[in-house]
Amino acid sequence: MITGLTWLLACQLAGEVLVRLLDVPVPGPVVGMLILFVLLRLRDAGDDATVVRAGQGLLRHLQLFFIPAGVGVVTYLATIRDNVLPIAVALVGSWLIGLAVVGWTTVLLERWLPERRTT
Amino acid sequence: MSETWEWLVHSPLFVLLLTLAAYRLGREVRDLTGGHALAQPVLVAIVVVGGVITAIDLDYADYRDGTEILVFWLGPATVALAIPLHRQAHRLRGFVVPMLVAIPLGAAVSIASAILLVRVLGGDDLLARTTAPKAATTPVAIALAESNGGIAALAAVLAILVGILGAVAGPAVLNLLRVKDHRARGLAQGAVSHGIGASRMLADDETEGAFAGLSMGLTALAMSLLLPALVALLL
Repeated sequence: MITGLTWLLACQLAGEVLVRLLDVPVPGPVVGMLILFVLLRLRDAGDDATVVRAGQGLLRHLQLFFIPAGVGVVTYLATIRDNVLPIAVALVGSWLIGLAVVGWTTVLLERWLPERRTT
Repeated sequence: MSETWEWLVHSPLFVLLLTLAAYRLGREVRDLTGGHALAQPVLVAIVVVGGVITAIDLDYADYRDGTEILVFWLGPATVALAIPLHRQAHRLRGFVVPMLVAIPLGAAVSIASAILLVRVLGGDDLLARTTAPKAATTPVAIALAESNGGIAALAAVLAILVGILGAVAGPAVLNLLRVKDHRARGLAQGAVSHGIGASRMLADDETEGAFAGLSMGLTALAMSLLLPALVALLL
Protein backbone atom coordinates (compact mmCIF):
# COMPACT_ATOMS: atom_id res chain seq x y z
CA MET A 1 0.00 0.00 0.00
CA ILE A 2 2.70 2.49 1.03
CA THR A 3 4.88 1.57 -1.97
CA GLY A 4 1.91 2.13 -4.26
CA LEU A 5 1.05 5.49 -2.69
CA THR A 6 4.71 6.49 -3.02
CA TRP A 7 4.51 5.87 -6.77
CA LEU A 8 1.33 7.95 -7.06
CA LEU A 9 2.89 10.83 -5.11
CA ALA A 10 6.10 10.61 -7.14
CA CYS A 11 4.14 10.85 -10.42
CA GLN A 12 2.17 13.82 -9.10
CA LEU A 13 5.35 15.54 -7.95
CA ALA A 14 7.00 14.95 -11.32
CA GLY A 15 3.90 16.39 -13.00
CA GLU A 16 3.81 19.44 -10.72
CA VAL A 17 7.51 20.17 -11.29
CA LEU A 18 7.18 19.69 -15.03
CA VAL A 19 4.25 22.10 -15.48
CA ARG A 20 6.15 24.74 -13.51
CA LEU A 21 9.40 24.28 -15.42
CA LEU A 22 7.64 24.36 -18.79
CA ASP A 23 5.15 27.01 -17.63
CA VAL A 24 2.18 25.21 -19.23
CA PRO A 25 -1.37 25.95 -18.03
CA VAL A 26 -2.15 22.33 -17.11
CA PRO A 27 -2.68 21.00 -13.60
CA GLY A 28 0.21 18.94 -12.20
CA PRO A 29 -1.92 15.89 -11.30
CA VAL A 30 -3.17 15.62 -14.91
CA VAL A 31 0.44 15.50 -16.18
CA GLY A 32 1.17 13.05 -13.34
CA MET A 33 -1.65 10.88 -14.68
CA LEU A 34 -0.04 10.83 -18.14
CA ILE A 35 3.36 9.99 -16.60
CA LEU A 36 1.85 7.09 -14.63
CA PHE A 37 0.06 5.88 -17.77
CA VAL A 38 3.34 5.76 -19.71
CA LEU A 39 5.08 3.94 -16.81
CA LEU A 40 2.28 1.38 -16.56
CA ARG A 41 2.42 0.75 -20.33
CA LEU A 42 6.23 0.42 -20.33
CA ARG A 43 6.22 -2.04 -17.45
CA ASP A 44 3.04 -3.74 -18.63
CA ALA A 45 1.87 -3.63 -15.02
CA GLY A 46 -0.60 -6.29 -13.93
CA ASP A 47 -3.48 -6.02 -11.47
CA ASP A 48 -1.27 -7.16 -8.59
CA ALA A 49 1.21 -4.27 -8.96
CA THR A 50 1.35 -2.21 -5.76
CA VAL A 51 0.59 1.07 -7.53
CA VAL A 52 -2.46 -0.48 -9.20
CA ARG A 53 -3.83 -1.76 -5.90
CA ALA A 54 -3.20 1.52 -4.07
CA GLY A 55 -4.61 3.59 -6.92
CA GLN A 56 -7.76 1.53 -7.19
CA GLY A 57 -8.21 1.89 -3.45
CA LEU A 58 -8.17 5.69 -3.86
CA LEU A 59 -10.42 5.62 -6.94
CA ARG A 60 -13.10 3.64 -5.09
CA HIS A 61 -13.45 6.66 -2.82
CA LEU A 62 -12.83 9.43 -5.35
CA GLN A 63 -16.06 11.20 -4.36
CA LEU A 64 -14.83 11.52 -0.76
CA PHE A 65 -12.08 13.95 -1.76
CA PHE A 66 -14.56 16.39 -3.34
CA ILE A 67 -16.67 16.81 -0.20
CA PRO A 68 -14.67 19.62 1.51
CA ALA A 69 -14.78 21.91 -1.56
CA GLY A 70 -18.43 21.02 -2.18
CA VAL A 71 -19.43 22.02 1.34
CA GLY A 72 -18.29 25.51 0.33
CA VAL A 73 -21.76 25.82 -1.19
CA VAL A 74 -22.99 26.93 2.26
CA THR A 75 -21.02 30.17 1.93
CA TYR A 76 -22.56 30.93 -1.48
CA LEU A 77 -26.20 30.03 -0.84
CA ALA A 78 -27.23 33.70 -0.92
CA THR A 79 -25.32 34.41 -4.17
CA ILE A 80 -26.86 31.33 -5.77
CA ARG A 81 -30.36 32.28 -4.58
CA ASP A 82 -29.99 35.79 -6.04
CA ASN A 83 -28.84 34.40 -9.38
CA VAL A 84 -30.70 31.13 -9.37
CA LEU A 85 -32.01 31.41 -12.95
CA PRO A 86 -28.73 32.17 -14.78
CA ILE A 87 -26.78 29.72 -12.62
CA ALA A 88 -29.23 26.83 -12.90
CA VAL A 89 -29.91 27.25 -16.62
CA ALA A 90 -26.24 27.80 -17.48
CA LEU A 91 -25.14 24.76 -15.46
CA VAL A 92 -27.75 22.37 -16.79
CA GLY A 93 -27.94 23.81 -20.32
CA SER A 94 -24.21 24.02 -20.90
CA TRP A 95 -23.74 20.56 -19.36
CA LEU A 96 -26.34 19.05 -21.69
CA ILE A 97 -24.93 20.78 -24.80
CA GLY A 98 -21.38 19.66 -23.94
CA LEU A 99 -22.50 16.08 -23.28
CA ALA A 100 -24.37 15.87 -26.58
CA VAL A 101 -21.59 17.51 -28.63
CA VAL A 102 -18.84 15.24 -27.29
CA GLY A 103 -20.97 12.08 -27.39
CA TRP A 104 -22.34 12.62 -30.89
CA THR A 105 -19.09 13.93 -32.41
CA THR A 106 -17.24 10.88 -31.11
CA VAL A 107 -19.83 8.42 -32.38
CA LEU A 108 -20.04 10.07 -35.81
CA LEU A 109 -16.26 10.23 -36.26
CA GLU A 110 -15.90 6.61 -35.20
CA ARG A 111 -18.43 5.67 -37.85
CA TRP A 112 -16.91 7.79 -40.63
CA LEU A 113 -13.20 7.29 -40.16
CA PRO A 114 -11.91 4.50 -42.42
CA GLU A 115 -9.42 3.06 -39.94
CA ARG A 116 -12.26 2.09 -37.65
CA ARG A 117 -11.76 -1.47 -36.44
CA THR A 118 -14.67 -3.85 -36.64
CA THR A 119 -13.65 -5.98 -33.67
CA MET B 1 -17.76 22.94 28.95
CA SER B 2 -17.77 25.74 26.36
CA GLU B 3 -13.98 25.61 26.18
CA THR B 4 -14.07 21.91 25.41
CA TRP B 5 -16.78 22.56 22.82
CA GLU B 6 -14.66 25.26 21.20
CA TRP B 7 -11.70 22.90 21.05
CA LEU B 8 -13.85 20.12 19.71
CA VAL B 9 -15.41 21.96 16.76
CA HIS B 10 -12.10 23.50 15.73
CA SER B 11 -10.19 20.28 15.93
CA PRO B 12 -9.35 18.58 12.60
CA LEU B 13 -10.40 15.34 14.28
CA PHE B 14 -13.99 16.49 14.57
CA VAL B 15 -14.42 17.82 11.01
CA LEU B 16 -12.59 14.83 9.53
CA LEU B 17 -14.75 12.41 11.47
CA LEU B 18 -17.86 14.34 10.46
CA THR B 19 -16.85 14.21 6.79
CA LEU B 20 -15.94 10.51 6.85
CA ALA B 21 -19.14 9.63 8.71
CA ALA B 22 -21.26 11.64 6.26
CA TYR B 23 -19.53 9.93 3.33
CA ARG B 24 -20.05 6.54 4.99
CA LEU B 25 -23.73 7.45 5.41
CA GLY B 26 -23.87 8.42 1.73
CA ARG B 27 -22.54 5.00 0.75
CA GLU B 28 -25.07 3.31 3.03
CA VAL B 29 -27.88 5.30 1.40
CA ARG B 30 -26.61 4.30 -2.04
CA ASP B 31 -26.56 0.63 -1.05
CA LEU B 32 -29.96 0.81 0.67
CA THR B 33 -31.56 2.39 -2.40
CA GLY B 34 -29.99 -0.28 -4.61
CA GLY B 35 -27.61 2.24 -6.22
CA HIS B 36 -30.23 4.89 -7.03
CA ALA B 37 -28.70 7.60 -9.25
CA LEU B 38 -29.67 10.39 -6.85
CA ALA B 39 -27.96 8.65 -3.93
CA GLN B 40 -24.42 9.80 -4.83
CA PRO B 41 -22.30 9.65 -1.65
CA VAL B 42 -20.75 13.08 -2.37
CA LEU B 43 -24.21 14.67 -2.63
CA VAL B 44 -25.54 13.10 0.57
CA ALA B 45 -22.32 14.00 2.39
CA ILE B 46 -22.36 17.65 1.28
CA VAL B 47 -25.96 18.05 2.45
CA VAL B 48 -25.24 16.40 5.81
CA VAL B 49 -21.95 18.23 6.50
CA GLY B 50 -23.37 21.54 5.27
CA GLY B 51 -26.36 21.10 7.57
CA VAL B 52 -24.24 20.20 10.60
CA ILE B 53 -21.71 23.04 10.28
CA THR B 54 -24.56 25.51 9.76
CA ALA B 55 -26.42 24.15 12.79
CA ILE B 56 -23.39 24.37 15.11
CA ASP B 57 -22.34 27.70 13.53
CA LEU B 58 -18.90 26.52 12.45
CA ASP B 59 -17.16 28.74 9.89
CA TYR B 60 -16.62 27.11 6.51
CA ALA B 61 -13.01 28.37 6.59
CA ASP B 62 -12.41 26.42 9.83
CA TYR B 63 -14.05 23.34 8.36
CA ARG B 64 -11.91 23.66 5.24
CA ASP B 65 -8.69 23.99 7.27
CA GLY B 66 -9.49 20.87 9.21
CA THR B 67 -10.18 18.79 6.10
CA GLU B 68 -7.10 19.91 4.15
CA ILE B 69 -5.65 16.42 4.57
CA LEU B 70 -8.59 14.94 2.61
CA VAL B 71 -8.33 17.52 -0.17
CA PHE B 72 -4.66 16.64 -0.51
CA TRP B 73 -5.53 13.14 -1.74
CA LEU B 74 -7.47 14.51 -4.70
CA GLY B 75 -4.11 14.94 -6.48
CA PRO B 76 -2.85 11.35 -6.14
CA ALA B 77 -6.38 10.07 -6.88
CA THR B 78 -6.34 12.07 -10.15
CA VAL B 79 -2.97 10.49 -10.99
CA ALA B 80 -4.54 7.09 -10.28
CA LEU B 81 -7.04 7.60 -13.12
CA ALA B 82 -4.18 6.35 -15.32
CA ILE B 83 -4.87 2.86 -13.94
CA PRO B 84 -8.28 2.13 -15.50
CA LEU B 85 -6.95 3.73 -18.67
CA HIS B 86 -3.96 1.37 -18.65
CA ARG B 87 -6.27 -1.61 -18.14
CA GLN B 88 -8.40 -0.44 -21.08
CA ALA B 89 -5.53 0.78 -23.27
CA HIS B 90 -6.29 -1.72 -26.06
CA ARG B 91 -9.55 0.17 -26.63
CA LEU B 92 -7.66 3.37 -27.49
CA ARG B 93 -6.90 1.94 -30.94
CA GLY B 94 -8.77 3.77 -33.70
CA PHE B 95 -10.11 6.23 -31.15
CA VAL B 96 -7.39 8.86 -30.99
CA VAL B 97 -8.68 11.06 -33.82
CA PRO B 98 -12.34 11.14 -32.69
CA MET B 99 -11.09 11.95 -29.20
CA LEU B 100 -8.78 14.76 -30.25
CA VAL B 101 -11.56 16.39 -32.25
CA ALA B 102 -14.43 15.88 -29.80
CA ILE B 103 -12.66 17.07 -26.64
CA PRO B 104 -11.56 20.58 -27.79
CA LEU B 105 -14.92 21.02 -29.52
CA GLY B 106 -16.74 20.00 -26.34
CA ALA B 107 -14.58 22.28 -24.18
CA ALA B 108 -15.22 25.28 -26.47
CA VAL B 109 -18.97 24.62 -26.58
CA SER B 110 -19.12 24.15 -22.78
CA ILE B 111 -17.34 27.43 -22.09
CA ALA B 112 -19.20 29.47 -24.72
CA SER B 113 -22.66 28.15 -23.81
CA ALA B 114 -22.06 28.74 -20.09
CA ILE B 115 -20.97 32.36 -20.69
CA LEU B 116 -23.81 33.11 -23.10
CA LEU B 117 -26.53 31.50 -20.98
CA VAL B 118 -25.42 33.41 -17.88
CA ARG B 119 -25.39 36.71 -19.79
CA VAL B 120 -28.70 36.15 -21.58
CA LEU B 121 -30.44 35.33 -18.30
CA GLY B 122 -29.24 38.47 -16.58
CA GLY B 123 -26.14 37.27 -14.76
CA ASP B 124 -23.28 39.75 -14.56
CA ASP B 125 -19.82 39.60 -16.06
CA LEU B 126 -18.32 38.25 -12.82
CA LEU B 127 -20.80 35.38 -12.72
CA ALA B 128 -20.10 34.52 -16.37
CA ARG B 129 -16.35 34.40 -15.69
CA THR B 130 -17.01 32.19 -12.65
CA THR B 131 -19.33 29.80 -14.50
CA ALA B 132 -17.22 29.46 -17.66
CA PRO B 133 -14.72 26.84 -16.35
CA LYS B 134 -17.31 24.72 -14.49
CA ALA B 135 -16.80 21.60 -16.65
CA ALA B 136 -13.11 21.40 -15.73
CA THR B 137 -12.03 19.32 -12.75
CA THR B 138 -12.25 21.29 -9.47
CA PRO B 139 -8.60 22.36 -9.03
CA VAL B 140 -8.49 23.50 -12.67
CA ALA B 141 -11.83 25.32 -12.41
CA ILE B 142 -10.44 27.17 -9.39
CA ALA B 143 -7.22 28.12 -11.18
CA LEU B 144 -9.06 29.17 -14.36
CA ALA B 145 -11.63 31.28 -12.50
CA GLU B 146 -8.79 32.97 -10.62
CA SER B 147 -6.73 33.79 -13.71
CA ASN B 148 -9.77 34.97 -15.71
CA GLY B 149 -11.40 37.25 -13.17
CA GLY B 150 -14.01 34.94 -11.63
CA ILE B 151 -14.69 33.94 -8.01
CA ALA B 152 -12.48 30.91 -7.37
CA ALA B 153 -14.35 29.35 -4.43
CA LEU B 154 -17.72 29.69 -6.17
CA ALA B 155 -16.22 28.19 -9.34
CA ALA B 156 -15.21 25.16 -7.26
CA VAL B 157 -18.76 24.83 -5.95
CA LEU B 158 -20.25 25.09 -9.46
CA ALA B 159 -17.77 22.52 -10.78
CA ILE B 160 -18.81 20.14 -8.02
CA LEU B 161 -22.52 20.75 -8.67
CA VAL B 162 -22.10 20.02 -12.37
CA GLY B 163 -20.05 16.94 -11.46
CA ILE B 164 -22.87 15.73 -9.24
CA LEU B 165 -25.36 16.46 -12.04
CA GLY B 166 -23.30 14.18 -14.30
CA ALA B 167 -23.05 11.45 -11.66
CA VAL B 168 -26.82 11.57 -11.12
CA ALA B 169 -28.11 12.10 -14.66
CA GLY B 170 -25.20 11.45 -17.08
CA PRO B 171 -25.82 7.78 -17.93
CA ALA B 172 -29.61 8.27 -18.28
CA VAL B 173 -29.21 11.34 -20.52
CA LEU B 174 -26.63 9.51 -22.66
CA ASN B 175 -29.24 6.77 -23.13
CA LEU B 176 -31.76 9.40 -24.23
CA LEU B 177 -29.18 10.84 -26.65
CA ARG B 178 -28.69 7.27 -27.97
CA VAL B 179 -24.95 7.28 -27.30
CA LYS B 180 -24.33 3.57 -26.71
CA ASP B 181 -20.59 3.12 -27.40
CA HIS B 182 -18.87 2.76 -24.01
CA ARG B 183 -15.88 4.83 -25.04
CA ALA B 184 -18.01 7.69 -26.36
CA ARG B 185 -20.16 7.62 -23.20
CA GLY B 186 -17.09 7.86 -20.98
CA LEU B 187 -15.58 10.61 -23.08
CA ALA B 188 -18.77 12.69 -23.00
CA GLN B 189 -19.25 12.29 -19.25
CA GLY B 190 -15.63 13.16 -18.41
CA ALA B 191 -15.80 16.23 -20.65
CA VAL B 192 -18.72 17.78 -18.77
CA SER B 193 -18.60 16.25 -15.28
CA HIS B 194 -14.87 15.56 -14.62
CA GLY B 195 -13.82 13.31 -11.73
CA ILE B 196 -17.20 13.07 -10.00
CA GLY B 197 -18.82 11.96 -13.25
CA ALA B 198 -15.92 9.57 -13.84
CA SER B 199 -16.41 7.99 -10.42
CA ARG B 200 -20.04 7.16 -11.34
CA MET B 201 -18.90 5.67 -14.66
CA LEU B 202 -16.18 3.63 -12.92
CA ALA B 203 -18.84 2.10 -10.69
CA ASP B 204 -20.98 1.18 -13.73
CA ASP B 205 -18.46 0.08 -16.37
CA GLU B 206 -14.65 0.13 -16.36
CA THR B 207 -14.31 1.20 -20.00
CA GLU B 208 -16.62 4.15 -19.45
CA GLY B 209 -14.74 5.06 -16.27
CA ALA B 210 -11.34 4.84 -17.97
CA PHE B 211 -12.39 7.07 -20.86
CA ALA B 212 -14.11 9.51 -18.51
CA GLY B 213 -10.83 9.85 -16.59
CA LEU B 214 -8.87 10.41 -19.79
CA SER B 215 -11.47 12.87 -21.03
CA MET B 216 -11.31 14.79 -17.75
CA GLY B 217 -7.55 15.21 -18.20
CA LEU B 218 -7.76 16.27 -21.84
CA THR B 219 -10.68 18.61 -21.11
CA ALA B 220 -8.68 20.30 -18.33
CA LEU B 221 -5.91 20.86 -20.87
CA ALA B 222 -8.23 22.10 -23.64
CA MET B 223 -10.09 24.44 -21.27
CA SER B 224 -6.87 25.93 -19.91
CA LEU B 225 -5.86 26.82 -23.46
CA LEU B 226 -9.27 27.92 -24.81
CA LEU B 227 -10.86 29.75 -21.90
CA PRO B 228 -8.86 33.03 -21.97
CA ALA B 229 -9.58 33.48 -25.70
CA LEU B 230 -13.29 32.68 -25.39
CA VAL B 231 -13.72 34.96 -22.39
CA ALA B 232 -12.04 37.79 -24.30
CA LEU B 233 -14.22 37.12 -27.33
CA LEU B 234 -17.57 36.82 -25.57
CA LEU B 235 -17.28 39.26 -22.66
